[in-house]
Amino acid sequence: MASQEATIREFAEQEYRWGFDSRIDSETIPPGLDEGVVRLISAKKGEPDWLCQWRLRALRHWQRMREPTWANLRYPPIDYQQIVYYSAPKSPAGGPQSLDELDPAVRQMFDKLGIPLAEQERLAGVAVDAVVDSASVATSFQKQLAKLGIIFCSFSEAVRRHSELVRRYLGSVVPYTDNYFAALNSAVFSDGSFCYIPPGVHCPMELSTYFRINARNTGQFERTLIIAEPGSYVSYLEGCTAPMRDEHQLHAAVVELVAHEEAQIRYATVQNWYPGDREGRGGVYNFVTKRGICRGARSRISWTQVEVGSAITWKYPSVILRGDGSVGEFYSVALTGRRQQADTGTKMIHIGRNTRSTIVSKGISAGRGQNSYRGLVKVQRAAEGARNYSQCDSLLLGDQCGAHTFPYIEVANPTAQVEHEASTSRIGEDQIFYCRQRGLAAEDAVNLIVNGFCKEVFRELPMEFAVEAQKLLAVNLEGSVG
Amino acid sequence: MGTQQAGDAFLRNLDGLRGHTVASRPSWLGELRGAALGRFTRLGFPTTRQEEWRFTDLSRMLSIRFEPACGGASDGLASEAWALVHALPGPRVVLVDGHFRADLSVTAAGRGIVVDSLCRVLRDSPGLLAPHLAHYAPWREHPFVALNTGLATEGVFVQLAAGAVQEEPVHLVHLWTAAGKARVAHPRALILAEPNSRAAIVESYWGSHGSVSLTNAVTEIVVGRGAVLEHAKLQEEGDEAFHMATVQVHQQSRSSFTSHVVFLGGSLARNEINIRLEGRRCRCTLNGLYWARGRQHMDLRTRIDHAQPACASEELYKGILDERARGVFNGKIYVHRAAQQTDAKQTNRALVLSDQARVNTKPQLEIFADDVRCTHGATVGQIEPEAMFYLRSRGIAERRARQLLIWAFANDVVGRIGLAPLRTAVEQLLTAGDGLSVGPVAGRLP
Amino acid sequence: MLIVKNLHVRVGDKPILRGIDLEVHAGEVHAIMGPNGSGKSTLAQVIAGRDTYEVTQGEVYYEGVPLLEMEPEERAREGVFMAFQYPVAIPGLSNTRFLHAALNAIRKHRGLPELDAIDFLALIREKAAFLQMDAGLLERPVNEGFSGGEKKRNEIFQMAVLQPRLAILDETDSGLDIDALKIVANGVNSLRRPGRAFIVVTHYQRLLSYIVPDRVHVLYEGSIVRSGGKELALELEASGYGGLQRGAARDAAPALP
Repeated sequence: MASQEATIREFAEQEYRWGFDSRIDSETIPPGLDEGVVRLISAKKGEPDWLCQWRLRALRHWQRMREPTWANLRYPPIDYQQIVYYSAPKSPAGGPQSLDELDPAVRQMFDKLGIPLAEQERLAGVAVDAVVDSASVATSFQKQLAKLGIIFCSFSEAVRRHSELVRRYLGSVVPYTDNYFAALNSAVFSDGSFCYIPPGVHCPMELSTYFRINARNTGQFERTLIIAEPGSYVSYLEGCTAPMRDEHQLHAAVVELVAHEEAQIRYATVQNWYPGDREGRGGVYNFVTKRGICRGARSRISWTQVEVGSAITWKYPSVILRGDGSVGEFYSVALTGRRQQADTGTKMIHIGRNTRSTIVSKGISAGRGQNSYRGLVKVQRAAEGARNYSQCDSLLLGDQCGAHTFPYIEVANPTAQVEHEASTSRIGEDQIFYCRQRGLAAEDAVNLIVNGFCKEVFRELPMEFAVEAQKLLAVNLEGSVG
Repeated sequence: MGTQQAGDAFLRNLDGLRGHTVASRPSWLGELRGAALGRFTRLGFPTTRQEEWRFTDLSRMLSIRFEPACGGASDGLASEAWALVHALPGPRVVLVDGHFRADLSVTAAGRGIVVDSLCRVLRDSPGLLAPHLAHYAPWREHPFVALNTGLATEGVFVQLAAGAVQEEPVHLVHLWTAAGKARVAHPRALILAEPNSRAAIVESYWGSHGSVSLTNAVTEIVVGRGAVLEHAKLQEEGDEAFHMATVQVHQQSRSSFTSHVVFLGGSLARNEINIRLEGRRCRCTLNGLYWARGRQHMDLRTRIDHAQPACASEELYKGILDERARGVFNGKIYVHRAAQQTDAKQTNRALVLSDQARVNTKPQLEIFADDVRCTHGATVGQIEPEAMFYLRSRGIAERRARQLLIWAFANDVVGRIGLAPLRTAVEQLLTAGDGLSVGPVAGRLP
Repeated sequence: MLIVKNLHVRVGDKPILRGIDLEVHAGEVHAIMGPNGSGKSTLAQVIAGRDTYEVTQGEVYYEGVPLLEMEPEERAREGVFMAFQYPVAIPGLSNTRFLHAALNAIRKHRGLPELDAIDFLALIREKAAFLQMDAGLLERPVNEGFSGGEKKRNEIFQMAVLQPRLAILDETDSGLDIDALKIVANGVNSLRRPGRAFIVVTHYQRLLSYIVPDRVHVLYEGSIVRSGGKELALELEASGYGGLQRGAARDAAPALP
C-alpha cells in the first residue's frame, strides 16, 4: 500500500494555485487601531453620523473584550496594532460608475481567478459583487435586478442609498457585543455586499460575491447583510481567495441574514483563502461570524459551506429559528491539510414551535491538519415540537492529522426530538483497492471516495458551484492518498 | 453568594481539619496530602465559567457549612441498603458516615485477595499503598480529587493477587445516617486487580432524606494484564445529599473492564469516570443510567483515553428527566496518535418527561489516529408516540403504557448488569414508591 | 360487527379516504386490496385508533357502538386487534412482559381473572409452539433485532394470545417468504371462528390463496371502487390495478349497502 500512502501524501501537499500577487494601485492607511482609525474609515466612506457612532461603540466594546480561547486552535498571539485596517484599490472619485471604469489591473486579476466581471462573459444567471481588500470594486447585473425591486450592491453603496434599511437591520442578528471578532468587524468593516429581496419576489439569478485579499499586512473585514421579505427567495454564493504571503492575514467578516415569513435564503460559501505552506508559514486567519434569523413563520435559511482554505478557520454559521415552522439547515465540507486548523460548525437555536433543523458536517483531515466540528443544538422551552437531526462524519487521511467532534445539545422542551450521529473513519484500503482493481488510479479512487463522502453537501450547492467545489477539493487533496 | 466567596467559606470550615483528624504518617502520605491541598488552594472550586463545569453550578453546595462527619450509629439506615448488603454475601467494607465499621464489615476473602479498610492497611502494611495511592486520579488538575487526596480519612482497599479469582462480588457500602448537621466525607478507594485476576466490585452509596451531606469520593482502579473486572456504582443518597465523585481506571493490555453507574439519589450528584486504556487489546464497557426528578441535578461524565492500539470501548448512557430535574451528560472519547485499530462506540440517550426538565448533552470525539472506527450517537426526546400507540392498541392503558415504556428505556441499561442481586436491587429501586409500578412478570402486574 | 359509513379521513391538508362504506359480519373474512397509496393502511390505522389521521366525516360502529370515540386501548379491550405493517421495536421491554401486561388488561376488562406468571407462560409457550416461533424470541425485547418475518409472526402470535373479535391484518404478507407465509396463514385460519371477523389488507393476491376471503374490496384513491367474492382477487391478479378506472365506471354503486 506504499504507493497509496504516497498518493495520499501528495494529495495533501498540493500547491496553492490562486496565490499570485496583483499589482494594484491601492490607498492604504498605516497599521494600528484606535478611535481615529475608525473615524477615518467612516469618513473615507462618507458615512452618516449614526454609523460612525455605532462603529465607535463597537470599538469601545471590543477594547474591553478578550480574544476567545475556547476553540480547538493553536496560533501565536495576533498583534492587532500591526494590522492595516483599510486598504482599497485606488479609483476615480466616487468609485467606478460602471464596469468599464474598472481599473484594468483589477479586472485582469479577476480574469486570472476565473471570475470575469463583464456581464456578457458571465455565466447566465449569476450576478457578481467583487470585493478586493476592503472595497467593493464591481457589481454586475444591478439594473436587471432593480427592475424586480431587488437591491444588490456593495455595502457602502447601500449605506449611501438605502440608509434606512441598513440602519434597521445592521447588527440586528449579530450585535457588535456578540463576540470579539464581530465587535472588531463592527468597528472597522469597510465593505461587503448588501442584498434586499422585496416581498414575494423570487430572485431569478444566483447572487454572488467574490472576496479577494490582495494588499500586504491587511485585514479584511467585510460585512454582508441579506434581507428577504415575506414570501421571497434568494440564493447567494460567496467565494474567496488570497495571495501567498509569508505572514498571516486576518479576515474577520460578519454575515447577517434576515428571513421574514415564508422567505427562503440559501447561502453558499466556497472558502479558499490561502492556507499557508507545508510548514505552516503564512495563511489567512479566518474568524467569521455568520448568523441568520428565521423571523417569520415557515421561513427557511440554509447554509452550505465548502471550507478548503485558511490556516485557521473559526466559523459557525447559525440559524435562530424564531418563526413557527421555520427551518434551518447547515451543510458543510471542511478540508484541513498541510498544517491547517479548522474549528467550525453551527448553532441551531429553536425558539418557535415546530421548528426543524438539519446539520450535515463532513470533515476531512489530511497532512498535519486538525479538523474540529463544534455545534450547538438548543431547544428553548417554548419550542414545542422542535426537531433536529445532526450528522457529523470525519475522514482521516494519514496518521499525522486529527478529527474532533464537539456537539452540544441543550434541550428544555420534552416534545423535542434531537438526534445526533457522528462517525470517524479512515479511507478504507479495501475501498481504494476495489477501485484500483477496476482500473482506477489510487488518486482518482481517493477523489471518488472523498466526493462520495461529501455528496450530501455538494448536492446542496448550485450546479456550477458544486463542480467548482469538487475540483477545489480534488486539487487540495492531490497527493494525500495512501 | 458567588462561587468564589462560597468556596472560601467552605475552605475556612475545613481549615480545622488539617493536621489532627487526617493521618499524615507515613511521611510520603503527609507530603502527598500537603501537595494536594496546596494544589487545591491554587485550583479553587470550579465555576460555571469553566467548560467542564458549565452546566453544574456549585454555589448552593458551597454556601453550606459542612462539618467533618463523626462515626454514626447504624440504626435508621435505608432498608434497601441492607437488602442489597444481604443479597451480596461476599466480602464487604461498610463505611457509616465516612467511618469504617468493623462490626458490619466482612473482610475475609478468597486466596490472594485483600479486602479491608484503607486505614487498617495504612497502619499494618503501608507498603502496599505507597506505589499506587494517588498515582492515577488527577489530583493535580481536579479540585475535588485534590481535596479528597488532601483530606480523605477513610476508605477501602481491595487487592487481587495475580491469577486470583474472587467468586462472590465485593461490596463497598457507604451509608449516611440521619443527622441535623451538614456533614462531609471524602471516601477513598484503591482497587488493584493484578494480572489475570477476576472479580466483581459493587460500590453503593445510601443516605437518609432530609439530612444534608457531601460525599466527595475518589476511586482508583488498576486492571492488570489480562484481568477481568466488573465495577458497579449505585448512588441512592438522600434528597439533600451532594455527591461529587471521580472513578479513575487504568487498564493494562488484554484486560477487560465493565462499569455500571446507576444514579438515582442526591440533590446534586456528579460522577466522572475516566478510563485509560494503556495496553493493547483492552476491552472496556461503560453503562450508565440516571433518573432525576424533583429538582435533582445529575451530571454524568465519561472519558475514555485510547492510548494504545487495538482496544475496543463501548458505552451506553441513558438519562430520564422528570419534573424540574436537570441532566448533564458529557462523554469524551480521546484516541491518541498511537492508538491505531481503535474501535469505539458511544451512545447517549435522554428521555425528557416534563416540560420543566432540562438536559445538556455533549458527546465528544477527539481523534488523532487514522485507522479507527469511532461513532457516537446522542438523542434527546420524549416517549415515542409510535411505541405508545402500539402498547395502547394491545389494550394497555395510557398511563401504564407510559410506565412500561419508561421502564423499558431504563431496563435497556439495567438489563446489562451481570450481577443478578444488584440488578434486582436496581429494578426494585426503580419500581418502588411513586416510581414505576411495573414489577417483574411474577405476579406484580395489576 | 363492524359498520363503516361514508368515512372521510385526511392527514394534514391531504385527503386519504374519500367516503368508505364497509360492513363486516361476525365470522367473515374481508380482504381490502389496492395499489400503494390507495388508503388501505390508513383505513386499518383509523379503525385501530391512530390519532395522526383526522376523520372529517362519517362514522364507524363496532358491535353497535361508535368506535371513533374510543381510545385505542378501549378498542383493543373490546376485541379490536391490528397486526401492524411496521411493528415498532421497544428496546428494554421483553415480549413476555409486554404481552402479559396487555393480556391481563384485556382480561380484567372482560371480567376474567388475571393470569399469573405460570399460567401465562404456559399459554404463550403453547401459542409460540403452534406458530413455530423460537421460544428465544419471547424473552427478547419487543421486536428489537427481529427480522421482517419474525416481526410479522410475532404480530400473529400476539393475536393468538389476545384472542380478538375483530382482527385487522395490515400487509402481514409483505416481507414473508413462502414458508413463513404458510405458517402465518395457518395461524390465522386456525383462529377463524363464527364469532370472529378478519379484515386482511394486502397488495397481492398471494396471501388470499391461503386465507380465503368471503368478500374482496378494491380500494383506489381513497374509495372502494369494486367489491366482490374471492374471485375478484384472482381477476385483479390477472389484470392488475391498471384497469381500475374502467372498473370504477362499471361498478359505480358499491355492492354493499
